[in-house]
Amino acid sequence: MPKHQLDPNTWIQLYSDYLFNYTISRVNDKEVAKDLVSETFLAALKSMKNFKGEASERTWLTSILKRKVIDHYRKINSKKGKAEVRMALNDNLENDGGDWLEERVADPFDKTAEDKLENSELKDAIFNCLGKLPEKQAEVFKMKTILGYETETICNELDITASNLWVLIHRARTSLASCLEKNWF
Amino acid sequence: MGLFNIKCNQAGHICDKSQYDEAKFWEILKLKIHHLYCEVCRKHSKRNATLTQLVKSSKIEILDQQTKEDIQRQFQKELAKHQ
Repeated sequence: MPKHQLDPNTWIQLYSDYLFNYTISRVNDKEVAKDLVSETFLAALKSMKNFKGEASERTWLTSILKRKVIDHYRKINSKKGKAEVRMALNDNLENDGGDWLEERVADPFDKTAEDKLENSELKDAIFNCLGKLPEKQAEVFKMKTILGYETETICNELDITASNLWVLIHRARTSLASCLEKNWF
Repeated sequence: MGLFNIKCNQAGHICDKSQYDEAKFWEILKLKIHHLYCEVCRKHSKRNATLTQLVKSSKIEILDQQTKEDIQRQFQKELAKHQ
């Protein structure tokens, strides 16, 4: 009996946000990220028979997505050709070979590997905690807090009253705070 | 003074609204006064603000509803072929 089983009916609801977030931090383009996530679900559907049940659904879907991201970069590179234009710091390349202007300028927005790791761990912790919330609470919290939708928009979209929304938000926030306290703070 | 007295559940509601900049000036004032004598709400507000800060600093990005529905529609078509 495999440890994990696949249920494609729940994939988009459960994993699309996680996979999108994973992709956007790697391709930096929302439209490309959306396409890659969509392609991942379709590819997963086709390779369901290869799922051995050893990894969780999310891990398995992420591994398919990783390959999609790599393919995406391969495609870009083959389109771009091999040419690469870089600006030289000075003309004397023999003495300063490989010393490029862009490498001499410190990027104030450049994050250290440690910052990036911490940020991706935080994202994972938030996604894990969001995954433990009841579906409706998670949905309302995401729309209000992450997507920044107006209260009225969410109420219309989900057909709920404003007071109902605030109750859901309150419950979601309380559960998330205690979950993150255990897993992150 | 009674005007500024609020119960803990009201304080919690104002605290939630203030996380989204939707609490009015008077509501925030009432909340601050409530915090002066209610330690539980004071702690809750601090925790709530930390959560807001964490989510903001994580720079988490998710799909908007419309895109999710589009992906779902496309996926359902393919899924139907497999079932």
